[in-house]
Amino acid sequence: MGYVAVRGGGLAIEESLKLLEYQRARSGVTLEPDTIRRAFPDAIDQVMGESSLYAPDLAALALKQARGSIEEAVFLLRAFRSTLERPYVSCTVDTSKMRVDRRISAAFKDIPGGQVLGATRDYSHRLIDFDFARETPEAQRERAAELAQHFGVEESVFDGKASPEVAEAGGLYPKVLDYLRAEGILPTCENDDTEPVDVTMGALEFPCARSARLQTLSRGMTQAVEAFGYAAIRGYGPSHPTVGELRHGMAEVCVDVPGVEACDAEDAYYLGSIPLTEVESVFEVETEEAGVTTLSFEIGYGLVMGGAETKAIAMSVLDHCLDLGDARYPTQDEEFVLYHVDGVEAQGFISHLKLPHYVTFQSKLDTVRTARSHEGDAGCAANDAACAEAGAERAAAEALVDEKER
Amino acid sequence: MEQMYNFAFFDEASKREIRRAIFKGIAIPGYQVPFASREMPIGRGWGTGGLQVTLAIIGADDVLKVIDQGCDESVNAVNIKKLVAATTDVEVTEDTGEATIIQSRHRIPEQPLTEDQILVLQVPTPEPLRDFEPSEAKTRVLHAEADYTGAWLGLFDQIVKFGSTTTGADHPCLVNGRYVMAPSPIPRFDTLKLNDSDNLTILGAGREKKIYAVPPHTRVEPLDFEDYPFRVESFEGRACRLCGATDVYLDEFVDEATGKTVYQCNDTAWCAKRRAEKGGE
Amino acid sequence: MSAMAVAAKAAKTTGTPGAAEEASCLSVSHLSLKFGKGCPACLGPNAKLERNVCPVCGTVHAVRDVSLEVYPGEIIGIVGESGSGKSSLMKCIYFDQQATSGDVRALPYDGGAENILTASPQQKRHIRNSVFGMVYQNPYLGLRMDFSSLSNIAEQMIAAGDRTVSHMCERGYYLLDKVNIPARRAKDAPALFSGGMQQRVQIAKALSNNPPILLLDEVTTGLDLSVQASVLDLILRIRRDFNVSMLVVSHDLGVIRMLADRTFVMLDGQVIEHGLTDQILEDPQHAYTQQLVYSLL
Repeated sequence: MGYVAVRGGGLAIEESLKLLEYQRARSGVTLEPDTIRRAFPDAIDQVMGESSLYAPDLAALALKQARGSIEEAVFLLRAFRSTLERPYVSCTVDTSKMRVDRRISAAFKDIPGGQVLGATRDYSHRLIDFDFARETPEAQRERAAELAQHFGVEESVFDGKASPEVAEAGGLYPKVLDYLRAEGILPTCENDDTEPVDVTMGALEFPCARSARLQTLSRGMTQAVEAFGYAAIRGYGPSHPTVGELRHGMAEVCVDVPGVEACDAEDAYYLGSIPLTEVESVFEVETEEAGVTTLSFEIGYGLVMGGAETKAIAMSVLDHCLDLGDARYPTQDEEFVLYHVDGVEAQGFISHLKLPHYVTFQSKLDTVRTARSHEGDAGCAANDAACAEAGAERAAAEALVDEKER
Repeated sequence: MEQMYNFAFFDEASKREIRRAIFKGIAIPGYQVPFASREMPIGRGWGTGGLQVTLAIIGADDVLKVIDQGCDESVNAVNIKKLVAATTDVEVTEDTGEATIIQSRHRIPEQPLTEDQILVLQVPTPEPLRDFEPSEAKTRVLHAEADYTGAWLGLFDQIVKFGSTTTGADHPCLVNGRYVMAPSPIPRFDTLKLNDSDNLTILGAGREKKIYAVPPHTRVEPLDFEDYPFRVESFEGRACRLCGATDVYLDEFVDEATGKTVYQCNDTAWCAKRRAEKGGE
Repeated sequence: MSAMAVAAKAAKTTGTPGAAEEASCLSVSHLSLKFGKGCPACLGPNAKLERNVCPVCGTVHAVRDVSLEVYPGEIIGIVGESGSGKSSLMKCIYFDQQATSGDVRALPYDGGAENILTASPQQKRHIRNSVFGMVYQNPYLGLRMDFSSLSNIAEQMIAAGDRTVSHMCERGYYLLDKVNIPARRAKDAPALFSGGMQQRVQIAKALSNNPPILLLDEVTTGLDLSVQASVLDLILRIRRDFNVSMLVVSHDLGVIRMLADRTFVMLDGQVIEHGLTDQILEDPQHAYTQQLVYSLL
């Protein structure tokens, strides 16, 4: 019987964990976290992005422990992140100084610096490559050497010394939107130097600062951000973007020298570079000035860790949606979007339904029985009848007085 | 793995910050203090609010008791207790009287708590007005202005439709005459224990990032109407089949052998203690 | 109130102060509502606007310097086309919209001592609950569609501190009877009602705390003619039974003619003409009013 089965919980948990461990151990495969990091860079990016923690080795370890579940790996990394002191805040990361290995614009064919397709699956055929099933380490090395020669680069196989991402770092490119601004098509905007909110250091407050909004979206569950962004462009909060620029590359992260607060590039400590994808989307909007309706452009911004391009675009859509804030559309309602994109919160609250709710259910039983009980019904009906009668009597008495007056 | 983590899991700065939120909650009874709720090694919605409170206040000399559904051995209680014990090495107990910190989900122990004890309740939904108003920005204004019409109206509508209020657990309460509070999904039977209690109660909602508190000897009044007074769950004419207790919250289940409905103390530690005392006589 | 009494009051408001002048129940002076910052071209006394928009800065002047008095038991009509500012004026008085400037005093609240537009949020809520009853054109704004009709009526009573179910139910049944809704429908949610019935529940709700002033915004717009007639009849009965003052906003001069003792005509945010309703109907002075009146005939 369920109500008593809660005893022995401790033992049950121990056994359950052993069973889980047995399932892992009996796989017969021991993957090095480093292997995971090299073989599944996209999964690593997603885990780090949703955890808001740049730690590729830990992400790889978390993925191993989580048996490949991204959701679970994010959970592990987020919980680890909670235990870290935060002694420094980085200087502002300047994405115009990113080492870009891929950048495209859907708005202009000819952009200053040119389109750089870089490495993308966008134009690949999604056909399962059965050759991979038989690929040997030798064959893979040969393939790498061949391609290194093709691209004229020295290193053919990542040697494990530098981080793999740095090896791919590219060049400096001007930003497409700066070009549009110079053309006068986009309004120029001033730098907002307000100290940004850190959403991991406080509860969200509404209306939300834009920094809080962008952080929440950037660390949001990839699929949730994409689903909401999709809903917005499909019709629930009509907001159809043109991707002004999407760029992927490595950006430098620096911290100030203690005591100096200028974030002067010369003085700041260089900590390392992180892979980022940045999207600036352009939206056509109707604006009214002096009673005249005109068309102009507005911007939506997306920035995510790693190469999660679809998420970055969806983020830029939602950023713009939340600027509009039309209450008719859920995708433009800050509380609806920002409270529900977090993967760890969604996973936790949904899965908590598996916990026992015996006490609350017993209480609910009592309530339902009372409402259904003869006593409850009779009491209610009697009270109703008395109230209805008293109300009607008073109204009737007044009507009678009216009659007499007439 | 645990040696990689600080005492009580968090870094000290995080603990201090959570304690600040707790102090603020104690200073303003029933007021939901937003705090920087951390991601925890257990699921959001699985007691992370209570866990963060416990970890922030626990010291090496504390004695910890964790219950879920009134039971020390319930899976989630065991899980939480294990995590706190592993990161602190504090003594754990099932004896309500011995504990200095009691973390609980859905129940307040039958044994009255003392001024030396702290009760930590896990809260899934801290906002008593959420059913009435989905927007957090708006409910904050309603609290600020003490506009609790929505909470009363919900109860009124239940009475009109069903002849009595239909709240199960988590019946809203007015704290210290000022803030309406969700007491967490404790049964109505336990709600009255919050009023003028000797112990401090701290309520933590991890996913919703709120901490609030009921200091000792604070007025906690369940919302009700003059002609429809607050009513607790009724176990009239029923007793625990094991210890014979009659004035406790009972679990109801069917005896598979006889097919009859039988009752048993929900608070397993209380029941065990009563039986031990009887046996010893 | 007799027609003569109304006429006497109207005479007072038009500038014949009497020794025993009755204090107005609601007094609105120089109320303005604008959207936009305004500029020297539109903020001065001789602003030249295109309709209600400043051609220089684009600021919309929704309500411009409106003043009016409502006496106890009197029904004031405000008529104008859509965009004339009549509904915005009403919303400012009921605090649904924050007026840009102006002064509103309510005798039943504090004897008219303070400008209620600058009251604290708590005081404003109290005023909304006990001084005013509001009936919106769209019943979705005034009712909780999923709560029972009795609960809808009880809401403001709860807000005013009533904690006795039987008392609130009794009042609910009484008011529903007054607005011709049978007791057997009392527990139904307004979502299940026709438009005319919803409007009548709204009126019953507005009356729950016996407010001295009712605000009615286009209450019959969108209803069938026969339903309109019954709602108008109900409003007149309520004035008689409860002796409340009313501010009635409508684009329909027919409604105003039937209800209002005195009428204010609004155009582009301003009051362009006011006086006894009969007077306005028989001898309209402003070209716009003339157009309105002739279209009615």
